[in-house]
Amino acid sequence: MRNESSALLKVDGLEAWYGESHILHGMNFEVHKGEVVTLLGRNGAGKTTTMKSVMGMVGKRKGSITFEGVETINLSSNKIARLGVALCPEERGIFSSLTVKENMVLPPIVKPGGLPLAEVYDLFPRLLERGGSQGTKLSGGEQQMLAIARILRTGATMLLLDEPTEGLAPVIVQHIGDIIRKLKERGFTILLVEQNFHFAATVADRHYVVEHGHVIDMIPNAELTSNMAKLKGYLGV
Amino acid sequence: MMTLFGIPTAALFGQLLLGLINGAFYAVLSLGLALIFGLLNIINFSHGAQYMMGAFVAWLGLTYMGANYWVALALAPLVVAAIGIVLERTMLSRLYKLDHLYGLLLTFGLALIIEGIFRQLYGISGIPYAVPKELAGGWNLGFMYLPIYRAWVVIASLVLCVGTWLLIEKTKLGAYLRAATENPALVQAMGINVPIMITLTYGFGVALAAFAGVLAAPIYSVNPLMGSNLIIVVFAVVVIGGMGSIMGSIVTGFMLGLLEGLTKVIYPEAASTVIFMVMVVVLLIKPAGLFGKGA
Repeated sequence: MRNESSALLKVDGLEAWYGESHILHGMNFEVHKGEVVTLLGRNGAGKTTTMKSVMGMVGKRKGSITFEGVETINLSSNKIARLGVALCPEERGIFSSLTVKENMVLPPIVKPGGLPLAEVYDLFPRLLERGGSQGTKLSGGEQQMLAIARILRTGATMLLLDEPTEGLAPVIVQHIGDIIRKLKERGFTILLVEQNFHFAATVADRHYVVEHGHVIDMIPNAELTSNMAKLKGYLGV
Repeated sequence: MMTLFGIPTAALFGQLLLGLINGAFYAVLSLGLALIFGLLNIINFSHGAQYMMGAFVAWLGLTYMGANYWVALALAPLVVAAIGIVLERTMLSRLYKLDHLYGLLLTFGLALIIEGIFRQLYGISGIPYAVPKELAGGWNLGFMYLPIYRAWVVIASLVLCVGTWLLIEKTKLGAYLRAATENPALVQAMGINVPIMITLTYGFGVALAAFAGVLAAPIYSVNPLMGSNLIIVVFAVVVIGGMGSIMGSIVTGFMLGLLEGLTKVIYPEAASTVIFMVMVVVLLIKPAGLFGKGA
């Protein structure tokens, strides 16, 4: 059992609303330094809302979110980013009015220790070749790589990756899995939203299962095989 | 007398110069509107009033503080931008998530209030503002007479437009602005203080209007209605160029000014409506405007 104080990100009793819609009903989970943790769940369970709440992008939220011991529940998203949290959004968020290079260097350096641009291009050589292209002219896989690549140089230590494999070809999914494992080796802490638990099993240390806006179970990756039937039941697959 | 296509060159180039000067004002004003619309989602109908305020601040500065034209050119945009920033923080910021119509109605109301105040204080007969002595006189080019001040207005406007375009297209700050125009929430989540960027962008757009107002003061008299006379044409320019398009605003502004000038020579009766005719055609063929995206 881990000591609570070692949690890099700790979410406690998180509730969130979009307008009048109450989406999160007391989310509780934590992510420790250097871990890759996934949020698994059906569509509409509240996984993306959780990511956006951690990032400060949901207007109305209650409860507690601490990052490196700092309470962020009332902070604006730009201040949370400056603490060292970075989001790779579900829709990728590539800017069509910017080139690939401009998209790549858009996020400001928030902390020392980020990957130098040359190292980022070592991980994603295709992005260097396509540097002058309009961001949204890239293929879906390349856009996903760009969305991940641009947050690596910022110095953020906590990466929030929202469905990075969604709609991608198997070979690209495999490449993104390789990248996530390399990032883990380099010490990044990753919170991953996934629908594809087969992919999640290849990269994660632990899995939280989310249903109706709260966590209903936590399964260590080492115990995933023995819990497969239960997990399939949760996910309805 | 020299002629070109049967038209005296002095008349032809004289009207083209007038068109170019009008085009310079169209370009600077529509540039400010495009910047504001792009980032704030607000159709700033008070832009004409802010242009007028720029001219009035120049005149008030000269009359009560002895501030000359060059001081006014530097300070009036700052003063009017500061007023604009107060309006943005206290009123416009409440409307960003609503339909464009609400912002348009609010800024239209503000324009009427601002103009009403100035009309009450200074009347509508117009107040002369002298051309600065450094820019007085003109050059005889052989085929036409070129007043130095008017040449300055065109050059200053061009420099301002190109400078603004370079700022937006070639700098990191401009990349933030372009990205925030597309997805402000994500840009903020990258660590950028987008609300401050929005406020400063509104201030900059307003400052462009005020700068144009100071440029206009020695050409047209300083008049509370000078903005409302111009703003309808400027909105047509913005629609033709494409709402929110920076390059569209600049190119379309100058081109339509020239077209207006040329029409004055060829068929003067249509000069005041030619821009609106172009607007109708563009809306029918390419509703997003010549430089706009989509539609």
